[in-house]
Amino acid sequence: MQHGKYRFIVGFLALPLGLYALFVVWPFVQSIYYSFTDWTGLSPEFKMVGLDNYRRMLDDEIFWKSLRHSLMFAVVLPLVTISLALFFAFMINVGGRRRKGGPVISGVRGSSFYKIVYFFPQVLSIAIVALLFAFAYNPDSGAINSFFRGIGLDGLQPLWLGDPDLALWCVMAVLVWSTVGFFVVLFSAGMASIPADLYEAALLDGAGRAATFFRITLPLLWDTVQSGWVYMGILALGAESFAVVQIMTTGPGGPDYSTTVMVLYVYQKAFRDGQAAYATTIGVALLIVTLAFAAVVMRLGRRERLEY
Amino acid sequence: MGSHSENIGSDKNGSAGVGRRDLIKRSAALGLISVPTMSFLSACASSGGGGDEDKAKAGKKTAKNPLAVNETAQLEFVLFDGGFGKEYAEDAVKIYEKGFPGAKVKFSATQKIQSTLQPRFNQGTPPDLIDNSGAEQMDMGVLVGKKQLADLTPLLDAASYDDPNKKVRDTLRPGIVEMGQFDGDPVWIMYYAYTVYGVWYSQKALDSLDATYPETWDQMLAVCEKAKKKGIAGWTYAGKYPYYLPFSLYPMIGKVGGREVLDAIDNLEPNAWKHPAVKACFDAYYELYKKGYVLKGTPGLDHIQSQTAWAKGKALFIPNGSWVENESANVIPADFDLAVSAPTGIDSSDKMPFGTIWASGGEPFIVPAKAKNAAGGMEQLRIMLSEASSKNFTAKVKSLTAYNGGTDGITLTPGLKSGVAALDKAGENVVNPRLQDWYVQLQKEKIGVSGLGEMMAGRLTPAEAIKKIQGYADEAAKDTSIKHYKHQ
Repeated sequence: MQHGKYRFIVGFLALPLGLYALFVVWPFVQSIYYSFTDWTGLSPEFKMVGLDNYRRMLDDEIFWKSLRHSLMFAVVLPLVTISLALFFAFMINVGGRRRKGGPVISGVRGSSFYKIVYFFPQVLSIAIVALLFAFAYNPDSGAINSFFRGIGLDGLQPLWLGDPDLALWCVMAVLVWSTVGFFVVLFSAGMASIPADLYEAALLDGAGRAATFFRITLPLLWDTVQSGWVYMGILALGAESFAVVQIMTTGPGGPDYSTTVMVLYVYQKAFRDGQAAYATTIGVALLIVTLAFAAVVMRLGRRERLEY
Repeated sequence: MGSHSENIGSDKNGSAGVGRRDLIKRSAALGLISVPTMSFLSACASSGGGGDEDKAKAGKKTAKNPLAVNETAQLEFVLFDGGFGKEYAEDAVKIYEKGFPGAKVKFSATQKIQSTLQPRFNQGTPPDLIDNSGAEQMDMGVLVGKKQLADLTPLLDAASYDDPNKKVRDTLRPGIVEMGQFDGDPVWIMYYAYTVYGVWYSQKALDSLDATYPETWDQMLAVCEKAKKKGIAGWTYAGKYPYYLPFSLYPMIGKVGGREVLDAIDNLEPNAWKHPAVKACFDAYYELYKKGYVLKGTPGLDHIQSQTAWAKGKALFIPNGSWVENESANVIPADFDLAVSAPTGIDSSDKMPFGTIWASGGEPFIVPAKAKNAAGGMEQLRIMLSEASSKNFTAKVKSLTAYNGGTDGITLTPGLKSGVAALDKAGENVVNPRLQDWYVQLQKEKIGVSGLGEMMAGRLTPAEAIKKIQGYADEAAKDTSIKHYKHQ
């Protein structure tokens, strides 16, 4: 029987692995190959140029700026989003005051309503979210400055996306707003599977909300948090950050390169400047950054797994 | 190409029965980027095809068919479906079909020019005529540099559609032919629409201030002061896309310092931006900011938002192109009395007279070098450049065309009428800065956003802005990865 086993396994694996190789691995290989050429993306002719694109990239000031911003996205966004989501999820599921006759563990009043509200942005496409916020940030007639004027703060009329010191934060705020709901739901599901007797025991020992969160909820939720972290980081490095920067910002990528990110730069080089080969070079750099990010998070987050 | 296609063939056959081991071996080989894989790899960008044998045979050259179009060959025409719509092109296609009843025309309109056509260029099977416009425009410099476009000289030297004794070349507006050239004589692009750039305003608003359009900068400041007292800003602009500012700033530089200054800037000559005329104009614009004549919050507005604020009467002047009339049609009030003027100069010592204006072609049409029916593509353009088609376009989409004339006998909208008058006033004094089609990144992102945008938001002084922009221009001049052009 032993000799038939491999044939059996191969029979199952061949198709999915083949598809994976064709649609995932192969494009990677292709783009790495193109990064060694001078392909424009507009004609079938190109030649090998060796490491020229990489040398150029290392001297490219805009590349370094975009790398810096992307790294900032990858660090700040998961930190803020996940902290907020953990807080919300905790309050919705565990953090409520004990009510007479109710269950020992419950969320704050109206928690089922909040759960839906937080999830709401998730059903909107990121392009629509970005457009809505671009209107809100309009310094002349946008919602935010109108609100400031309405409460008498006429002197406080920031340029928001037009101010290089604020623009990047404005963009990040939009991403936090639009993704936090997903993590609230994710963490809520995780919290629901934590046995209630653990909480009861903690309560009997006199633990407050903070102690319960840090000693019980977070350790038992660690696996979920970690995968959420990687997922959010990849979002922040990839498509989502491209969409908001491309739709909302000055230029886009400005003012004065204050919001340019790596994915945007890849897009501009490939589809605006007709330098597809150089774009793939930046794409390779982005690949390395993304892989490194995932590796670091996995490494730092390694903990003993708790069984319950 | 031949050897390439063979390689694809054999590799494809080989991979039909790839087992697990082979797969591992192959990916290892790919990881090393070994020589045999290379030819396979290069095959992905270029899948061969597109030989000369596919091209349509020339037809019979007659007075009615000066381009010798094959009467039965299929024509494929891809139009950018943007602000001008597609009706005007469909009308022109009907005329083509009437002229060549045996030919089939495959017409399509899309906003996704690049995504639909880039793969076809890479395969060597592009359509016969393309309106390469919009946000997904393919880079012209690269297309020309890689010899992907057909020279349109035969079209320019053919008899015009209306008058067999006049060449197409002689029926066009100033600057159109030159704009289609990149290096030397061949003309690669036929710009069909004709755009007037300048300072746009409401005549009614100016009248209510008891003012006329200012010709010198002192007058400009006086008008702005008057407006400010009434709570109206003097200027606004597309703050998020500050590369709209050059629409009035560049012709002003040309007016103050002469055409040579703009040519030197386009040619990326060292210290071109350090010319005193540039400094004078930058100082003038900076003064608008300093004196508080720019609408508050402008640096955070995009083009639509700034145009809307301007149409609502919050600001008097906006630098823009003639498309603004169509683009903002739903917010411009009926009694707005839209008008355009050539930019205000400094004073009477300027090198060129008041009226010097920037006007140039828009909607670039191209015929690919590898088109099967290139003559057909050119014939379709010849039809579009007739007086009747031009009039049809102007009447339908409120824009002028490259055809010189074509405005008699149709009712012009206020903005268009004012544009025609501004062109008449300018006469020979039409300037045509080329940075925006030669060096897109330099013009938009560097000069526009990081230079002018920062200066008009008050974060750079004119001197700092000039230094920064000159640095960008020098960088672009040295950059070997972009193609460089010079004024002829």
